[in-house]
Amino acid sequence: MAEKLLKKGNEAIALAAIRYGADGYFGYPITPQSEVMETLMEEMPWETTGMVVLQAESETSSINMLYGGACCGKKVMTSSSSPGISLMCEGISYMAGAELPCLVVDVIRGGPGLGTIQPAQGDYFQAVKGGGHGDYKIIVLAPASVQEMYDFVGLGFDLAFKYRNPVMILSDGAIGQMMEKVELRDPVRRLTDKEITEKYGHWATVGKPASRKGNIISSLSLAASEMEAINLRLQAKYQKMRENEVRFEKTMCDNAEYLLVAFGSSARICEGTLEIARSKGIRMGLLRPITLFPYPETAIREMLPQLKGIMSVELNAGQMVEDVRLAVNGAVPVEFYGRMGGSIFSPEEVFEAFAKKFNL
Amino acid sequence: MDIKDIIKPENFVYGKSKVLTDTVMHYCPGCSHGVVHKILAEVIEEMGIQDKTIGISPVGCAVFAYKYIDIDWQQAAHGRAPALATATKRLYPDKYVVAYQGDGDLASIGTAEIMHACNRGENIVVIFINNAIYGMTGGQMAPTTLLGMKTATTPYGRRADLNGYPLKITELIAQLEGTCYVTRQSVQNPGSVRKAKKAIRKAFENSALKKGTSFVEIVSTCNSNWKMTPVKANKWMEENMFPFYPLGDIKDR
Ligand SMILES: Cc1ncc(C[n+]2csc(CCOP(=O)(O)OP(=O)(O)O)c2C)c(N)n1
Ligand code: SF4
Ligand SMILES: [Mg+2]
Repeated sequence: MAEKLLKKGNEAIALAAIRYGADGYFGYPITPQSEVMETLMEEMPWETTGMVVLQAESETSSINMLYGGACCGKKVMTSSSSPGISLMCEGISYMAGAELPCLVVDVIRGGPGLGTIQPAQGDYFQAVKGGGHGDYKIIVLAPASVQEMYDFVGLGFDLAFKYRNPVMILSDGAIGQMMEKVELRDPVRRLTDKEITEKYGHWATVGKPASRKGNIISSLSLAASEMEAINLRLQAKYQKMRENEVRFEKTMCDNAEYLLVAFGSSARICEGTLEIARSKGIRMGLLRPITLFPYPETAIREMLPQLKGIMSVELNAGQMVEDVRLAVNGAVPVEFYGRMGGSIFSPEEVFEAFAKKFNL
Repeated sequence: MDIKDIIKPENFVYGKSKVLTDTVMHYCPGCSHGVVHKILAEVIEEMGIQDKTIGISPVGCAVFAYKYIDIDWQQAAHGRAPALATATKRLYPDKYVVAYQGDGDLASIGTAEIMHACNRGENIVVIFINNAIYGMTGGQMAPTTLLGMKTATTPYGRRADLNGYPLKITELIAQLEGTCYVTRQSVQNPGSVRKAKKAIRKAFENSALKKGTSFVEIVSTCNSNWKMTPVKANKWMEENMFPFYPLGDIKDR
């Protein structure tokens, strides 16, 4: 039997990092995610797996430490919350441009500005549309439970190395702070330096043997024609992600006439809304995007013939709803319900909003 | 004796380092960057550490250092080289990691990164090219620009009341417990080039001994943006830069 523990989402991230064979964690304290680094420091993985854990001087520095570590072919990660992620956006763009794998965890708090330390989902645009400059995409995973916080660390690293691209776990203060049962998976051993050289020595900065040219990791290419070619290659990679990596979960969708679309903690709350609706004889389903990029637009489109209406439910002013509307393209009415700034809705509140919008 | 009998490998007294590539450097003639690249490559070759050295290039004229020195390179965002170097050295403690940075990169936008990497005593080598100007972007004021010095953004000369004072960041860095070797050198004549090379070699040796951060400033010329001939730039540097940025070891332990 696998070991089961009662853990906060943030603690699960830390335990998963060690057990999925991360080589380095670099971070800077910010509520509501500080437990990630605190747990790592308590666990002292440098004594066991050899994992490096370092408190950086800023999030700018953390993400650039990731850049250096990722150049080395190492599994590196950081975690932060909204204002810290804003500081990291330059670095994320560089890493996407230089095609470097890394894992970034955003435990969102209410914004804008210093905002609040309460949970929110206001960083959807920043994560999914690119908070940094240039045409880049990162894979965005949205956990809705502590178990998924744990599991997505492993999945995130796998995807990051599969595509040599940054991956983000987009969570929020509720999932980060809540305690749930989490099953620890079989540990994955860290790669040795020799294994890294064998696997990634054709691109990573592991020290140049006489047998090859120097590996240069850069996002710079001054000639427009070269930069365009790089962009085209990146776009082709993002297209592959769209084709292969869409993940979502459907609840009570088979005979649904109305659909709620929600991710992360909003989706957890909407499970309660489904029960209320079903008890009143309303055929409501829930589609929970697990990957926010690539977005499960086909899954939504495929349901359109059976649907009378869709409501996107988010802890923000209406961000993901734009992607729902793009998928639906006017075929059925798409409504939005949300709250902002750290306030959270109840299942009943969501149901009331739904009933009002669709005159039920 | 025929000249051909003299030109033989065993008679060579000087040659291009094998660690330098054949790529023609983009640096302006007279620029200090090229000389520093040459001695850095020579140190790497002489220590036999080409396969163990990872370089971090800055944003600045030396962004393309990776084209000229034949090692593995990471190209950092503006000012962030010490953060990349930190992670690289921690993840590969047995490799040599060298961050190469300009004065805008290191002493302005990247002040936090360099201070904290040095304060943590990362076992890295930092080479700091202080040419008192933003070379790459066309000669704007740098934190190190001297008072009175004309640049694109101080067209009437730097004024303390408007622009603050030139920053002696190397002296600040020498205060930090994490640094073991902090020195200021130059490369305007053969004697100074030899001294600067010795300093760079010592910095690499310190890194192997895990003594802490070694920091080598090179007071440099940017003759193009200073709008001077290379010869005049060297003279101007000696007369104006050296009094404010005196050469020599500031810390060695
Ligand atoms: C975030 C960011 N801001 C500004 C720039 C523009 N920029 C490129 S190089 C440079 C200054 C470089 O000066 P320095 O570090 O002194 O190097 P030098 O060219 O003099 O060797 C600036 C401001 C940039 N690339 N990135
Ligand atoms: S602009 Fe200045 S720093 Fe840049 S290559 Fe020319 S002389 Fe050197
Ligand atoms: Mg400069």
